[in-house]
Amino acid sequence: MKKFERLLWLIAIVGFVVGAFGLYDRVANGHINVSYGSYVPWGLWVAAYIYLVGVSAGAFLISALVYAFGVQKLEKIGKLALFTAIITLGISLFSIWLDLGHPERAWRLAAHTNFSSMMGWMIWLYTAYFILLVAELWFALHADFVAWSARKDFAGALARFLTFGKRDASAEAQKRDKSVLRVLGSLGIPLAIAFHGSVGALFGVIGARPYWNTGLTPIMFLVGALLSGGALITFITFVFGPNQGSAEHKETVIFLGQIVLALLALDTLLEWAEYSIGLYNSIPAHAASMELILFGPYWWAFWVVHLAIGVVLPGLMLVFRGKTPAWVATAGLLIAATFISVRLNIVIPGLAVPELEGLSNAFTGPGLTFNYFPTLTEWLLQIWVVSVGLFAFLIGYRVLPVVSAQGKTNIPANTHKEL
Amino acid sequence: MTNEATLLDKYASEVFAGLVSPALNGVQISAAPASDLTKEDALVRMTAELKRALEKPASERRWVMVIDLRKCVGCTACTIACVAENKLPPGVVYRPVLMEEIGTYPNVSMKFLPRPCMQCDEPPCVPVCPVSATFKRPDGIVAINYDECIGCRYCITACPYSARTFDAGRFYTSDTPQLESYETLPNFEYSESWVRSKGDSPIGNARKCQFCAHRLDAGMLPACVTTCIGRATYFGDANDPDSLVSELSASPNMMRLKEEMGTEPKVYYLV
Repeated sequence: MKKFERLLWLIAIVGFVVGAFGLYDRVANGHINVSYGSYVPWGLWVAAYIYLVGVSAGAFLISALVYAFGVQKLEKIGKLALFTAIITLGISLFSIWLDLGHPERAWRLAAHTNFSSMMGWMIWLYTAYFILLVAELWFALHADFVAWSARKDFAGALARFLTFGKRDASAEAQKRDKSVLRVLGSLGIPLAIAFHGSVGALFGVIGARPYWNTGLTPIMFLVGALLSGGALITFITFVFGPNQGSAEHKETVIFLGQIVLALLALDTLLEWAEYSIGLYNSIPAHAASMELILFGPYWWAFWVVHLAIGVVLPGLMLVFRGKTPAWVATAGLLIAATFISVRLNIVIPGLAVPELEGLSNAFTGPGLTFNYFPTLTEWLLQIWVVSVGLFAFLIGYRVLPVVSAQGKTNIPANTHKEL
Repeated sequence: MTNEATLLDKYASEVFAGLVSPALNGVQISAAPASDLTKEDALVRMTAELKRALEKPASERRWVMVIDLRKCVGCTACTIACVAENKLPPGVVYRPVLMEEIGTYPNVSMKFLPRPCMQCDEPPCVPVCPVSATFKRPDGIVAINYDECIGCRYCITACPYSARTFDAGRFYTSDTPQLESYETLPNFEYSESWVRSKGDSPIGNARKCQFCAHRLDAGMLPACVTTCIGRATYFGDANDPDSLVSELSASPNMMRLKEEMGTEPKVYYLV
């Protein structure tokens, strides 16, 4: 998998360099070279945010299977899942931060929270979730930090520092860590559900947008989060997980594949419920957003990217090649990567239907249009943000004991001290 | 107080004297026919009513707008007056005139519908603001505190009338040799001076019609009202039973947009 890791480094570097132009344009010119505006006020960055934050919640809930429910088969990847959850949370918040008209006023979200707004709740739930994630990851890594402290390299020094003086890694101390983890993991489950549910509710409560305004919205967000997060963890486990090539590793990937397949089925069922009811709606205007998704100018985002590449293809892989880790991982990658189309198809079509007839031609100008497609700046900035996340992951993978076996100094066979 | 009779007297004698004098030569104009023509311009009456309303505490005023769609010819002068008054940049509009074609070409007729902010009594945009930057004033106007708005645009998604727009920071003349001064002069929304310059509010904020609250403070009617060539837009205090808007909004041919949503708009349409 070293080859694959190198490829990811290359992708991260290219993405970082190329994407930097998007960051520059956003910082230098604000919201001028973007496609969102007055009538479609949210675009790719909002979609990317709910996508990434969903992946975070999903990855976290996979880790909760380990720490709260003690699922043995996944024990070795608990740390990796937590680590992924932190990184995706970080980059999702960065995406939405730069989407703000006044990023420098983001502190007001905490200082002047309006709790009648779902967004107000979201901020506090995030803060709590972030603190919990960091604490949980520390307890999950504590024994490894102590073990790595003996190393003479940078990772050793970092591990020494990150023990914060708590050098006790005896069996008893590990037991203590484990019980703390159980508490944190258990607390985390309702918290992760609440925070991602609140993201869904943020859309669900908007009565002005019939497409969003259903009780199913927060549920779809949660199932989508589990699916996209679980799928990404499956892929990551295959590429970066401990003891690669071992029967145990294989088993873990296959087990994750089964979870993902079940989630894919559930998500498809919910999607069917949403679309069939929505399209059949006796008030035609309520079906407008869905018609836009299925037959509008960006029909391919649904039929090709989502349905063909994100559902049918990986579904077939998981059903017919579910015992082959490489196939399972590929399916996971396809589901996780294409899930952005699902998030885009939530955000944009809800907004791209004129609320009043005749509005689209009444007064024209940039941003006064219902046709949204991300501009180069939007794509590039998003690529940059994801590249930063990829960097953070690849560096963390090298310098933090996120994959080493619990409490052991040995580094997995494939991880060499290259950095 | 001006009325059409005095206007006629004044201009008939001074400006059009040469034109009308042959016809009127030797004829004594009696006061009687002129009094039949006595009719106060709606603007004059509404301005007086506005001043009366301003004497009351803000919480006792109830600003409403009445738009007579039968009189609207779709000239969009109100839209332009609003753009000029509030110095709106590209991509921002407070009062577009929606046009709908009825019939099949070439047998068509047009329907016009000016759409300001409805200043809802139950505004869906207010509770969603995560930082309470948008709120309903005591006089019922839904306002935005530009200095507090973080630009998340959640309120824009929540408005069922698309009455909120986003100021992305564009200028009409940015691609010309000179950024024209009419774009850099301050506007006076909410009776404060706002200069649009890089990154400063109202750039990066949600923006909306506020019934020209700054003009009201100065005893002036909203720009769209004074500029309407057909006197199709009326404005005033609905809590004043003698006001023109009270009379008009009580008509049975009154309707409000998306009444079924329960937003209780304070913009009434006469159809």
